[in-house]
Amino acid sequence: MTEGSDARTRKLAERIAEIKPNPAVALGRSAWPFLAAIVIAFLLQVVIAPMLGGFYAKTLLDIGIAIVLASSLNIVNGFAGQFSIGHAGFMMVGGYAAACVTYYGSIKLLMPQGELTEAIGVSVLGGFLGSGDLLFLASCIVGGVFAAAAGIVVGLPSLRLRGDYLAIVTLGFGEIVRVLVQQTSDVIEPVKAVDAGVGEMVTHLGGPLGFTGTPTYVSPTPWATNASGDQTGHAGIFFAYSIVGILLVLVYRLKMSSQGRALLAVRENEVAAEAMGVDTASSKVSAFVLAAFFAGVGGALFAHSLGVTLNPNELGFQKSIDLVIMVVLGGMGSITGVVFAAAFLTVLPELFREAAQFITHLVGYHGQVNTDAYRMPVYALLLILVMILRPQGLFGIKELWDLGFWRRYVIPVWRKAAGGWLIPKHEARLPAAIARELSTERTGGEPAKSDDSPKPGASGDQP
Amino acid sequence: MNDFLQTLVNAIALGSLYALTALGYTLVYGVLRFINFAHSDVFTLGAWVSFTIAGWIGWAGTGSPIFAMPVILFLAMAICAALGIAIETFAYRPLRRAPRLNVLITAIGVSLLLQNVGQLKWAFGTQPQRMAELVEDRSLFTIYDVHIRLVDVVVVILAALLVVALERLVYGTRIGRAMRAVSFDERVASLMGIDVNRVISITFGIGSALAAAGGLLFALKYGSIKQTADATWVLLGLKAFVAAVVGGIGNVRGAVAGALLISFVEVFGAAYLSPHMKDLYVFVILIGVLLFKPSGLFGKAVTEKV
Repeated sequence: MTEGSDARTRKLAERIAEIKPNPAVALGRSAWPFLAAIVIAFLLQVVIAPMLGGFYAKTLLDIGIAIVLASSLNIVNGFAGQFSIGHAGFMMVGGYAAACVTYYGSIKLLMPQGELTEAIGVSVLGGFLGSGDLLFLASCIVGGVFAAAAGIVVGLPSLRLRGDYLAIVTLGFGEIVRVLVQQTSDVIEPVKAVDAGVGEMVTHLGGPLGFTGTPTYVSPTPWATNASGDQTGHAGIFFAYSIVGILLVLVYRLKMSSQGRALLAVRENEVAAEAMGVDTASSKVSAFVLAAFFAGVGGALFAHSLGVTLNPNELGFQKSIDLVIMVVLGGMGSITGVVFAAAFLTVLPELFREAAQFITHLVGYHGQVNTDAYRMPVYALLLILVMILRPQGLFGIKELWDLGFWRRYVIPVWRKAAGGWLIPKHEARLPAAIARELSTERTGGEPAKSDDSPKPGASGDQP
Repeated sequence: MNDFLQTLVNAIALGSLYALTALGYTLVYGVLRFINFAHSDVFTLGAWVSFTIAGWIGWAGTGSPIFAMPVILFLAMAICAALGIAIETFAYRPLRRAPRLNVLITAIGVSLLLQNVGQLKWAFGTQPQRMAELVEDRSLFTIYDVHIRLVDVVVVILAALLVVALERLVYGTRIGRAMRAVSFDERVASLMGIDVNRVISITFGIGSALAAAGGLLFALKYGSIKQTADATWVLLGLKAFVAAVVGGIGNVRGAVAGALLISFVEVFGAAYLSPHMKDLYVFVILIGVLLFKPSGLFGKAVTEKV
């Protein structure tokens, strides 16, 4: 008996030694997707964006920011199944923290004393990846960290509350953040801000009118200058899509890892997950923290892309709902589905405008049609119809590469081209199997409503 | 003293408005176990529908006859009840057996739809309007130099009447018994010969009618009505909803108590602490109650069976 198990252990050790790559290869495999994402982002900025021209480049940028925000919400809503409708709250925390860093940071650290004026606002400083850009990147991280701290605060109630109630708490969180931000005073002008203390800075965030004067580090037109030669914009598409790439790789690896499986288990059935040994408490809170971190980074990108004012009313309930619609439409838990939905819903208003123009042209009507007024009604109808007709969203929990045509035509070609080195075989196979299992479980089982347990609060004195 | 009295009057009047709205949330939660996010928009539409009807009949300004108010109240309640029943039939009924999250998202969708359709040019438009003065604006009597306005008295009395009527309906009639049966167990109720779909429809109708009454009274009390997607409505609905949750959702008396608690905290907080933070107090109370007693102050604790 012992002999047999000894042999087995030896065999196992040999097998591990056989498949374990050397550290250099391991590091390469671990890091190449991130590097590739940054290279792609750079190409998007220097090759694609000039080809698209101003308007479409701006749309491309908006899509990137939407992907960051929607994908981060997908971690909480999609993977962990904790329904959050206060995601804009994290965005607001991150955006304001970042704006505070770049605005007051530029004044304190980067701008020469002589250039400080009484007019609110600081310009974009330094060349590409120069001092200004580094400050901006630091501000993204600061925004993310602050938002992640808020994520802990919101994540903790998720240990006690479920479903509807958690949704209300997240909503309440979003409202509280907005009210607090609206209580702050006006932004301090550069001349005075130089002597301001930290306490003074964080209480001067613009209040109800918004944070004015944030430099536009995230703009579609790279390295733009205004008439007097000052730099007004920066490589926004590069920054936004670098973050998109990093986030997507992280999210993909999360979904495929044991932690991600734990989250999916929590989402499907919390009690069963707990019984299987999943630490549901830490899973849920870490999902909130990770999602909040990237929402904060997304908020930082958003804050520096506006070019005018970061308005607290733009980051209210409506924004949270926009993000929820992206996740729900794409399919809660599907990375590619949410990316697709974020892109689609960002360009939808444009498509709308085009379609309305075309139709009015066809019927020979020459008046102006305000299609923007119909954007939200159509979104709302879309949401209701998706829920009734395709409750799992467009992609369900599946990914693009789980779809039939993709598996048949794209993956074999890609495999052949990559020579099997880039994608370990098991990785390509695993998601489909699990998606299949999960989808049969979700659709084939007993209807959720007809449970045998008594309903909450069921008793005679209830209506 | 008169500051305090004035604040007290405001708190009670606002509390009765919250109560009317909170009851709708609680009724629907009782039978369907989900939070009807679209309820606050029915409240909003109640205000706008009454405004529009008053305009059509010609009671837009001041000096409308004494029966104007009951007529418009009745019409607004009837229209909103029909709207509520339609929402239930078309949006929620197809999802009766779907996971709760889907129903919640649909409810958010319905809410957005109502808000934004209400804002279209051929609906109510995007301009705030002045509500018709259906109740004469005069002080009824004076205590300690505080004028008790007629509107406030009407609001409180009407709200109290409606709450009592609802209570009688739920506990004293056949349909009320059917509602309680559906709330207790839908399947057993249907085995006992209760038409569950009909009961749910009626519940939605009643809840929406109460919301419409709340909307009309709100418009009368504050005089102006904002566009349907305005943040103030959303916030108002949220607070009524917070009231229902704080009182223990699914519980009629709890909703009324919760509404009064919320309005007292809000109004007294605004008067004596800081008027800018009044929304904050409400949500802090909500989060506190949910953390320490998730089933609400008067709700029953639920144990989950596996």
